[in-house]
Amino acid sequence: MQALFAQLLVGLINGSFYALLSLGLAVIFGMLNIINFAHGALYMMGAFVAYFLLNLGGINYWWALLLAPIIVGIFGMILERTMLQWLTGLDHLYGLLLTFGIALIVQGVFQNYFGSSGLPYAIPDQLRGGMNLGFMFLPVYRGWVVVFSLVVCLATWFLIEKTQLGAYLRAATENPTLVRAFGINVPRMITLTYGLGVGLAALAGVLSAPINQVRPLMGADLIIVVFAVVVIGGMGSIMGSIITGFALGVIEGLTKYFYPEASNTVVFVLMVLVLLVKPTGLTGRAA
Amino acid sequence: MHTKSIAAFLLGTALAITATGGALAQDKTVKVGVLTDNSGLYADLGGPGSTLAAQMAIEDSKLATKGWKVDLISADHQNKPDIGTAIARQWIDVEKVDVFMDVLNSGVALAVNNVVKEKNSVMINSGAATSDLTNAQCTPNTVHWTYDTYMLAHSTGQALVKAGGDTWFFITADYAFGHALERDTAAVVKAAGGKVLGDVKAPLNNADFSSFLLQAQASKAKIIGMANAGGDTTNTIKQAAEFGIVKGGQKLAGLLLFLTDVHSLGLNVAQGLNLSSTFYWDMNDQTRAFAKRFAERAKNKAMPTMVQAGVYSGLLHYFKALEALGGNPHDGAKVVAKMKEMPTDDPLFGKGSIEPNGRALHPAYLFEVKAPSESKAPWDYYKLVGTTPADKAFRPLSESACPLVKK
Repeated sequence: MQALFAQLLVGLINGSFYALLSLGLAVIFGMLNIINFAHGALYMMGAFVAYFLLNLGGINYWWALLLAPIIVGIFGMILERTMLQWLTGLDHLYGLLLTFGIALIVQGVFQNYFGSSGLPYAIPDQLRGGMNLGFMFLPVYRGWVVVFSLVVCLATWFLIEKTQLGAYLRAATENPTLVRAFGINVPRMITLTYGLGVGLAALAGVLSAPINQVRPLMGADLIIVVFAVVVIGGMGSIMGSIITGFALGVIEGLTKYFYPEASNTVVFVLMVLVLLVKPTGLTGRAA
Repeated sequence: MHTKSIAAFLLGTALAITATGGALAQDKTVKVGVLTDNSGLYADLGGPGSTLAAQMAIEDSKLATKGWKVDLISADHQNKPDIGTAIARQWIDVEKVDVFMDVLNSGVALAVNNVVKEKNSVMINSGAATSDLTNAQCTPNTVHWTYDTYMLAHSTGQALVKAGGDTWFFITADYAFGHALERDTAAVVKAAGGKVLGDVKAPLNNADFSSFLLQAQASKAKIIGMANAGGDTTNTIKQAAEFGIVKGGQKLAGLLLFLTDVHSLGLNVAQGLNLSSTFYWDMNDQTRAFAKRFAERAKNKAMPTMVQAGVYSGLLHYFKALEALGGNPHDGAKVVAKMKEMPTDDPLFGKGSIEPNGRALHPAYLFEVKAPSESKAPWDYYKLVGTTPADKAFRPLSESACPLVKK
């Protein structure tokens, strides 16, 4: 029983990453209608930026949490301005292919310079050590990841669903011409939204840097699972992607305990089941 | 008309026979193919470094000055056996590759092993670990050069059991290599009087090991054996530190750790780990000289791993066999037979021999990773703890299930 609790908690930790990443994807898909396959590469860039800030600039983890999403977010906005914006109105497939190509290029460049085994990034001193919870030893850093990503996820949800700015955003995706008529700069808003989604990916990257090695392929390994999460949650649904992110982390964690061999396929099995029963995803709206 | 065509046919056949006959005696062309992981989790320990090692072997053999023409090609098998075999078939049928080098990843190696035998080509395997390549799956076309799971299990496993680590839990990569490494190590542990308390099979290329580490922690085993490699091992070690596993009194055993893994972890995390290797760049003047030349040309100025060193010396020995044959017969089994006949001797692995089952013999070394304070220079990572002589390091022929071994 104790072991089960521990596995649930560990699942929740992985779920945090799924939630943060799928949230970014959902925001981008919901607002821009782009299936952002470059998300994994941008997550990886977040981790690398944290590494460079620390090793070249002596800038610590806490500043990296703030700076890396901004830096990678700006990179994302440049991508949107120079390439993605021309795809507005075209089939999803074009955006998917373009971002997939960008992901391959970015990963290839990083791999060429930094190899495949990765670079070390230490846990910040303030978050070292662990607590004995009775049923398990919980590293402080993992606890921090769960709490912090939960806060970020809810804040993003609040921003988009409950504020004036969010209302403009949602309106702009429904009817850009009308919103523009109100004097709102829609293209700029879309660029900023893409920057926000990308920033979330980079933030997840910084969070994961002390846990995993900072590796060029860290995003490629994760992105497919995250896409499955988004599909299960329902494309474009903000709350849906947060909840499914955490839930699938837990389910995967339990699989690692009961039948570890299936732990990297269980998410896809679920995806198939959900698509068979409810093709729009658990919380998705009909297209 | 009829007689004319028969005559033409006979003439043609005669010409063809003389042409091939001439080729057999004097053909001095060789094509070397490095089949490895150029983009995945093993790319640093083999990958482009393996191709560089092959290039250096071609240059150092000086075959070009002796009238030989040596070509080198390389491909990425992406750690997928189906891609590996497809490339292997194309290389043999279309590209006319004579020898396959490296072929890391046990799953890919076992698959390519079959193709190489079927097509009578040659594989000098450096990067794959599974001892099955020279045991049940042995062929007259394959030489397993650098190391194998039997060697790792005996060198690291025995040393740890002797030091009091008599209960084990395995975190195993869920494919041919992990299974072989766990099997061979568990056998050593049991033979030495230890007990295996449990195991967990983790999918290959897994990012988060905390679930598996918690299971290992709960088993209360003294030793947690990591039967995995590359990025999987580094993530396991890093996360084990996070979960306070070593502080809690359990010891991690990296059953297969490469120099690049230690480099990637950093000495702060990796210090104190035991590992087995058949090559380390800082062993003697010859290895240092090679490593220096290698690092100058390598990406990121990395020192060679044992896999890359094995590609170099394995290929040198292959060239020696070709020279002894006076030309390239394009007959894989024949060249490998010659390689087995000749004693091996090269600057990196020293003097040795190749067993009838294709196992290359050389000493195995047990190292301990230095503490940051002990490391005097970049890549100064290991200190030697023990040496197993060549005749004891690998599976004895008496235990071999290889059909090529006459008993």
